[in-house]
Amino acid sequence: MDGDLRRNTYDDHSTDFETGEQKIRNFNINFGPQHPAAHGVLRLVLELDGEIVERVDPHIGLLHRGTEKLMETRTYLQNLPYLDRLDYVAPMNQEHAWCMAIEKLTGTEVPRRASLIRVLYSEIGRLLNHLLNVTTQAMDVGALTPPLWGFKAREELMVFYERASGARLHAAYFRPGGVHQDLPPELIDDIEKWTEGFPELLDDIELLLTENRIFKQRNVDIGVVTEDDIQKWGFSGVMVRGSGLAWDLRRAQPYECYDEFDFRIPVGKNGDCYDRYLVRLAEMRESNKIMKQACEKLREPSAQTDVLARGKITPPTRGDMKTSMEALIHHFKLYTEGFHVPAGEVYAAVEAPKGEFGVYMIADGTNRPYRAKLRAPGFPHLQAMDYICRGHQLADISAILGSLDIVFGEVDR
Amino acid sequence: MTEAQTLPDTDTTTEALAELGQHIAQRLGDAVLGQEIAFGELTLTVAATRIVQVAGFLKSDPTCAFSTLVDITAADWPGRAERFEVIYHFLSMYRNHRIRVKAGVADGTILPSIIEVHPSANWFEREIFDMFGIAFSGHPDLRRLLTDYGFRGHPMRKDFPTTGHVEVRYDEVQKRVVYEPVSLVQEYRQFDFMSPWEGAKYILPGDEKNDAGKAQA
Repeated sequence: MDGDLRRNTYDDHSTDFETGEQKIRNFNINFGPQHPAAHGVLRLVLELDGEIVERVDPHIGLLHRGTEKLMETRTYLQNLPYLDRLDYVAPMNQEHAWCMAIEKLTGTEVPRRASLIRVLYSEIGRLLNHLLNVTTQAMDVGALTPPLWGFKAREELMVFYERASGARLHAAYFRPGGVHQDLPPELIDDIEKWTEGFPELLDDIELLLTENRIFKQRNVDIGVVTEDDIQKWGFSGVMVRGSGLAWDLRRAQPYECYDEFDFRIPVGKNGDCYDRYLVRLAEMRESNKIMKQACEKLREPSAQTDVLARGKITPPTRGDMKTSMEALIHHFKLYTEGFHVPAGEVYAAVEAPKGEFGVYMIADGTNRPYRAKLRAPGFPHLQAMDYICRGHQLADISAILGSLDIVFGEVDR
Repeated sequence: MTEAQTLPDTDTTTEALAELGQHIAQRLGDAVLGQEIAFGELTLTVAATRIVQVAGFLKSDPTCAFSTLVDITAADWPGRAERFEVIYHFLSMYRNHRIRVKAGVADGTILPSIIEVHPSANWFEREIFDMFGIAFSGHPDLRRLLTDYGFRGHPMRKDFPTTGHVEVRYDEVQKRVVYEPVSLVQEYRQFDFMSPWEGAKYILPGDEKNDAGKAQA
């Protein structure tokens, strides 16, 4: 059996002398794929020496749907909803990268209002993600109340998704050239009102967890990541910031209109699970600040523009369609044939809540991408499980997994 | 939580990238086969056999400092002599710039693994092996990554059908999941949007008569 001690026989038919201790062997267990702390469909094959983890072998691909293959046979616009289904916890952030890649290739300028709406909804996505992660991580180490509070707030945020796009989860709201629909003024007011009350919830969660003895015992000094590890394993997002490196694409390589916003980049010190939790909490406060600013900016006169860069890659307005034959033809052609993207290759990355989410696209001048590669932040993070978990206790696996922030939609694609 | 130091601004102007490209080409010599700057991104084409040296140089050279491997992927070009193109993306958090490195690989050729330089290449290379069937030498654990246990074929190759070859269902008699060849109830809907007015390359039904007529005349 796997892990059994070898029984050596020698020329004179003698065998090794065995003591009672030698009969102990390492134990292999399966963690998942149906384990509540596996955050979806992860199968970990763990080799244990008593309670100590010796080797971790993640088996992934149980949620592999062949997104990249499917994308090669569909138009750019038809592919957009696939992006929602990657990291389904913060769908719009993924769409953003897809739209940015297309806009880069076609040289499309996004109107100011659309840009602000994108920032607003990207930050809502960040809150959705961090609320889920922080609270379920607490659940992984034994607390049940935080998820209940966090999910209430998530539900309210999803209503904002729904009011903008018509869908709570798979929004398909960001489109190449802008966003699909304008926001009604009442929605902006409601979001702003919500941001007023949100820090109170954060205070409550912090009160439950930050100084909680059990939570600290399970997270402090667990899964420590150093600056060297970050480079070696290709980490991004909170995994980097938890270790004291202020690397955030919103600041380092600004996209959309993030450079206009006033926000800070919280960093941790020790790079353990606890610091990553603190960074996520602090990031939520920053996101809340950005949302507030975005709501204000959306009311400025300079932001009263169209929400789509009207042209070949975007549909005409409904009003135009009723009066102009060309607009009607354009609408029909856009939604059947789709638009053609000039040949070229491009890599567009956004700071998704989990880290750097990138889209690498090879366009060949037709209406379909020749090759689209989705670079998910969770993929390299999960890969490092073996490295991070070695020498930890079995119970720490779920704490580390929680703080890596893995969602299988994006890891398996 | 503290606010940390500021980073150097990212410089994606053509001049800055050209300078960087020149520096690399100078130091690496004939390993670099070509370079291109488009959309504010620098792309190097390198010899596939020298990829480990290139990755090592990009990581250790202080001007480059590409210490993070962002992504490795591949693209299939069935028409080319070197069928596959393996594409590496590197990022420097210290110098705040990015680079793309490409290497052409013929079908059946083994590419050296860069796992020695970047341990994170492990899964990326496994995924490419799984999806494209490109093997990597020096990889410690080249198993399939995303596809099913016992899967055959390499799905991301252009000659692999989108529908795949097998489908699974639960068999009530055998009380287990069984694999069967794919049976499509309806033709896979693959629309062709090439406009015949814009010089479509394919032959429309009836065109062959025209060519036959010409041959006779």
